[in-house]
Amino acid sequence: MRFAVIQFPGSNCDIDLLHAIRDGVGEEAEYVPHTATSLAGFDGVLLPGGFSYGDYLRCGAISRFSNVMSEVKRFADEGKLVFGTCNGFQILVEAGLLPGALQRNKNLHFICKTTELKVENTNTKFTSEYEKDEVLTIPIAHGEGNYYCDDDTLADLKANNQIVFTYASENPNGSVGNIAGIINKKGNVLGMMPHPERAVEDLLGSSDGLRFFESMVQNFAKETTEV
Amino acid sequence: MKTVHEPSAEMIKNERIYVQWGLTDEEYRMISEDILGRLPNYTETGLFSVMWSEHCSYKNSKPVLRKFPTNGPRVLQGPGEGAGIVDIGDNQAVVFKAESHNHPSAIEPYEGAATGVGGIIRDIFSMGARPIALLDSLRFGELDNERTKYLLEEVVAGIGGYGNCIGIPTVGGEIGFDPVYKDNPLVNAMCVGLIDHKDIQKGQAKGVGNTIMYVGAKTGRDGIHGATFASEEFSDGEESERSAIQVGDPFMEKLLLEACLELIQDHSDILVGIQDMGAAGLVSSSAEMASKAGSGLVLNLDDVPQRETHMTPYEMMLSESQERMLICVTKGSEARVKELFSRYELEAVNIGHVTDDGQYRLYHRGVQVADLPVDALAEDAPIYHKEYVEPARIQQFKEMKAFEPVVENAGETFKQLLQQPTIASKKSIYETYDSMVRTNTVVGPGSDAAVLRIRGTRKALAMTTDCNARYLFLNPEMGGQMAVAEAARNIVASGGEPLAITDCLNYGNPDKPEVFWELWTSADGIAKACETLGTPVISGNVSLYNETNGEAIYPTPMIGMVGLVKDLNHVTTADFKKAGDKIFAIGETKADFNGSELQKMQLGRIEGELFAFDIMKEKMIQDKVLEAIRNGWVESAHDCSEGGLAVALLESAFSNEYGLDVKVDLPKEWLFSESPSRFVLSVKPESAENIQDLFGSDAAEIGEVTDTGIAVIQTQDEKLELNVHELKQIWEGAIPWLLKSKV
Repeated sequence: MRFAVIQFPGSNCDIDLLHAIRDGVGEEAEYVPHTATSLAGFDGVLLPGGFSYGDYLRCGAISRFSNVMSEVKRFADEGKLVFGTCNGFQILVEAGLLPGALQRNKNLHFICKTTELKVENTNTKFTSEYEKDEVLTIPIAHGEGNYYCDDDTLADLKANNQIVFTYASENPNGSVGNIAGIINKKGNVLGMMPHPERAVEDLLGSSDGLRFFESMVQNFAKETTEV
Repeated sequence: MKTVHEPSAEMIKNERIYVQWGLTDEEYRMISEDILGRLPNYTETGLFSVMWSEHCSYKNSKPVLRKFPTNGPRVLQGPGEGAGIVDIGDNQAVVFKAESHNHPSAIEPYEGAATGVGGIIRDIFSMGARPIALLDSLRFGELDNERTKYLLEEVVAGIGGYGNCIGIPTVGGEIGFDPVYKDNPLVNAMCVGLIDHKDIQKGQAKGVGNTIMYVGAKTGRDGIHGATFASEEFSDGEESERSAIQVGDPFMEKLLLEACLELIQDHSDILVGIQDMGAAGLVSSSAEMASKAGSGLVLNLDDVPQRETHMTPYEMMLSESQERMLICVTKGSEARVKELFSRYELEAVNIGHVTDDGQYRLYHRGVQVADLPVDALAEDAPIYHKEYVEPARIQQFKEMKAFEPVVENAGETFKQLLQQPTIASKKSIYETYDSMVRTNTVVGPGSDAAVLRIRGTRKALAMTTDCNARYLFLNPEMGGQMAVAEAARNIVASGGEPLAITDCLNYGNPDKPEVFWELWTSADGIAKACETLGTPVISGNVSLYNETNGEAIYPTPMIGMVGLVKDLNHVTTADFKKAGDKIFAIGETKADFNGSELQKMQLGRIEGELFAFDIMKEKMIQDKVLEAIRNGWVESAHDCSEGGLAVALLESAFSNEYGLDVKVDLPKEWLFSESPSRFVLSVKPESAENIQDLFGSDAAEIGEVTDTGIAVIQTQDEKLELNVHELKQIWEGAIPWLLKSKV
């Protein structure tokens, strides 16, 4: 499986995703600049964390206008896998690929620590390798990760099983419904604040994020053989 | 619009305007008579005043810095460039330096701290290295007033704001609290980078006709005279010079970092030299680049990218606007450089060229506005051998009876100690820093030293910042030795072999003989420890004039040390790993309370003669601890420092909330003694004999790790039984509580 890691000006977790794919699951990954006008040849798109455009205006608000984003939308429309973590999640929300918004953390501080995540939905192409209700150790590192949506949207997310990850013990940022990560209705675009790409080696504290990427790879392989 | 009427050369002389800029009468005489043979104009006087400031020229501290050992078999670059470089094998090297941003942070703590971080990062990538980690060392007054709380919160926010955004993990550091830092906080930032030998750069402008290019952010009026500002002390009556604070833009620096590294790594054929525009901005970087190469320079200031209108040559040359670099490239390669930087949406502008006559010439609107010998600016500042005299307090301290703490209930005393902000957990602070980005952080903040693996190898780097300034206040020479020793102890406890140090020498006004004595003698101590421990000083920075209304801070030479972990299997943390593991106290505990946290807590001040320290013994103990770790005998290792054995034991228990059951043949007060050269180790039962054999009488098996969650500590005269979870809550909650409580 060949992944594109999109580099926006100010992305800084791009290298983490690249290594998670190459060294973690042993698949191909390439950087693709924000100016790119084609995603041809890629099977999955990864939007990294960081501070694209310095978080100026609002996190992700400028990046969504990047050239590459219209291609990311087309890619998503074709049903291919798109994943955004942290700032990548913020960009997906700003771009309208996922519902809701990300506000400042409830305590108004940037928070970096490991959190416990509960897998709410294993029936997705990103989480099929996990057990339902399994609790994962995955780090967070964000200042604006407080997920918000209105009541109707929340009801909708719940009705469609779009809430994929919740904070299991303590909610670090005050998000609605303890939401840590959501998926679109079609099931091919997932955004989350925590960083599974930072949890692919026991050496660095956890390898619970590995199966996230393995799920993507397995499901891609399944679909390609079925076709 | 700003209209500037610059005084004439005669007015500068007759009205002694140069004095306002920090030049002395004698320095001005040297410039006009010995160097130029004419009166310097306004711009030229300004150039000399910043280049000859202490901050740029080290004119007061050079004789001190000469004491330091700066060479060693592994040193590839010592002091004098943007940062020092140490070989770590496999054609790789580690690059590091620390820098202070105390004065800006006292005025505008967020931007002061943020630009301190930004500046030290530029120093690292100007050498060609990829910055991989940030650390800091901070000092504040007591958290009993709103101003100090504000300073702490804003400094921390500034460090995090810059480091998090640029995507370099902040992995370690230290924070201390003492009243002497109330209006003069210390903000020292350290950056560590990784480089392949072939990419090592120098800040040089050589090759006649080669082009000088300006890259990065535009030049504004911010930070003008920042360097001379940093060389003066604060007083309540002088507010006018305090406007010199720069504003940082980490997003801009992220782009600049990536562009410069691409230039260095992929275009070495056209790159001649590169240097950060830091203190004293354009003049400092350009004059140093030319002087180091024995060249001259012509700069055309009309081409300098400007953020504001009608900037004068003086303002452009002295501006300390952030996120700018100066590069020298081969003639004819300008278009390639411009294309590269434009891909990062950055400007690269040709502003001058290299000459061979050793003159520094500036042109503005077709007029030559400066024509100076470049060495005179960069090299020929006078060097002062300041007077020094031992402060009266030192003799008084020697005559005092040793402090004898009174401890009624050791358990209660211990709880109080854990709440002292210097000892209390800094978790609520370091959790606001991204410590994991770039996914190399094996051991993050909160342990003895941070450890980062080197991807693609079995090696790792351990790094720490340390200084117990209270010890230096009592005895600068021994305190200086102990600061280096503590840093090394932290590296060793983490499984690393100490390689080298960087320092930030934070002191008061060196014109006072007592302050200069502190600097002079503590440098002797640092030098001695560095020689004994085999850790040369490869870079550093001096911050003098840290005084408010005539009161100096404690002598505070922050030591930043980096060590090499030869194999990832050696990485060791302070946390107990398993119930049943045996606990060893390494080193000798004595009644050492002068300068201790306990003394400060009970007396409200530090006094008396500093306890004894033997650097040879320290070295022997450290070597054995490292040997034990490398032999695979050690499950956890922790330096025993502020708060003594009791604090070290509990800090090891906190992370996993283990219990412990130990018995020490000591009076209860001695649990809090701060005797140097000590470690707490936990080892598997089968390794206990090896440890005892290796250390002999320097090791005492005092008990074992338990799974009860209770810390049982039996002393000669009291048995403590403490709930580890409860103590951890106290320890972690102390700083958030202090910050929230109203005065």
